[in-house]
Amino acid sequence: MSTKPTSATPAPEPTTGGSTVLAWLYVGIPLAWGVSQTFIKALALFK
Amino acid sequence: MANNSFLDRSRTVAGPGYNRWLVPPAALAIHLAIGQAYAFSVFNKPLGALISGDVNNPAPEDWTPTQIGITFSIAIVLLGLSAAIFGKWLERVGPRKAMLAASLCFGGGFLIGSLGIHLHNIYLLYFGYGFVGGIGLGIGYISPVSTLIKWFPDRKGVATGMAIMGFGGGAMIGSPLANNLMGQFKDSAPLGVAPTFIVMGIIYLLFMQFGVWTIRVPADDWKPAGYVPSTVQNDMITTANVSADNAIKTPQFWLLWVVLLTNVTAGIGVLETASPLIQETFSDGAMGAGRGVTAAAAAGFVGLLSLFNLLGRFFWSSASDKLGRKVTYAIYFGLGILLYALIPTLGQSLQLTLFVVVACVIISMYGGGFATVPAYLSDMFGKYQVGAIHGRLLTAWSTAGVLGPLIVHTLHEHAKEQGLTGAAAYQNVFYTMAGVLVLGLLANLAVRPVKEQYYEKGLVTVEAGGH
Repeated sequence: MSTKPTSATPAPEPTTGGSTVLAWLYVGIPLAWGVSQTFIKALALFK
Repeated sequence: MANNSFLDRSRTVAGPGYNRWLVPPAALAIHLAIGQAYAFSVFNKPLGALISGDVNNPAPEDWTPTQIGITFSIAIVLLGLSAAIFGKWLERVGPRKAMLAASLCFGGGFLIGSLGIHLHNIYLLYFGYGFVGGIGLGIGYISPVSTLIKWFPDRKGVATGMAIMGFGGGAMIGSPLANNLMGQFKDSAPLGVAPTFIVMGIIYLLFMQFGVWTIRVPADDWKPAGYVPSTVQNDMITTANVSADNAIKTPQFWLLWVVLLTNVTAGIGVLETASPLIQETFSDGAMGAGRGVTAAAAAGFVGLLSLFNLLGRFFWSSASDKLGRKVTYAIYFGLGILLYALIPTLGQSLQLTLFVVVACVIISMYGGGFATVPAYLSDMFGKYQVGAIHGRLLTAWSTAGVLGPLIVHTLHEHAKEQGLTGAAAYQNVFYTMAGVLVLGLLANLAVRPVKEQYYEKGLVTVEAGGH
């Protein structure tokens, strides 16, 4: 890491597995929707 | 702004126990939103028929395709310029403040743009979506990059690949979202465009706040659990740090600028021509009556390229963690030269399946080029100001955004004037792009470690890893 200091020691910040999953769902659901829409469109090439 | 406010860099330092896998979703929340820019073309026809109300019969007072196209061009130029200008500011204030600024500019750009559409004032649309929104694009694009590299010193390519993959995915969300909203609002405003801009501005502004709130930077002494830095000496991964101001004085920066420029210019050659290329090459005349590629199938081809653009960003960038950045770019260029040169032959011999496969591989490497370059910069210049250096490098993207379409349209028009049709009309486009990639290959081969004279004194990275 860079040796230039950026901050004082921060407080502990334990992360639960659930919050990590929720964070990924927040971005994963719209992305999956967009990919599925594009995939449906792409299927026209194979008809 | 008061010191130590919620937005300050010091308030974003993660405490012990923070899970670094929360950082990629924060980055994706920004990139999935700003990636909408690549779906701007969904507005082209409605914006060109606001007066007539019929996309097939624009009125004389309606905006022309050229006038509308300038909006996107302004946004992409501003992306590169603002990334270059605000990169050092981002390094100083941290990712949270930068992400908030990006969200305000990008969301605000839509809102100002909606007023321009409502008043039918194209200059207000340019200012809103193009200028203000373009600044949001630039700041947003680079805002999570250096943070991700610091959180994932062991998987820099994977981390930046995930975020920049989001930019590719953003278009996939933005296009159907805009179509759905315009359908909803079509009775309340001309073709529903202005209210769609308002709703999309608000949606993106709110969606991006997740990144603003979630993003954290690691503490100075943090490293991943169980991470043992490689003891194998690798000259292509520096343990030193180079400032953004010094980086642009090095030949390495400009060689990588050419690397990005050539990779993007060539990729745009395929993206710009994808739909007409496949329809004209595999037309009814060439394939036989009823067997040619239809407009709907061509749209499917464009969709397939978008998917490979997205997948390539993650796949190639992740692979570069194992292969090394220089080798990965050598593959983009070496394999790219062969595949670009092969496209006209496949078209002339009517090998549709192979043609599609080759185009998909080419586009995967185009996306991969975007996603791998931040890690390449980090390897060459260290992490100290990699976000700012990346921002300056993105001017190559803006340049390619002008150069690529110019080459394509000039050569294609010239071929048509010569009476060439079908695959033959695109032959010189692809051979020229193969030549452009030769330049990129040579630039990449010339990249060597940065000389010591450019290092920041007393700033040593202690955990640089090998591939």
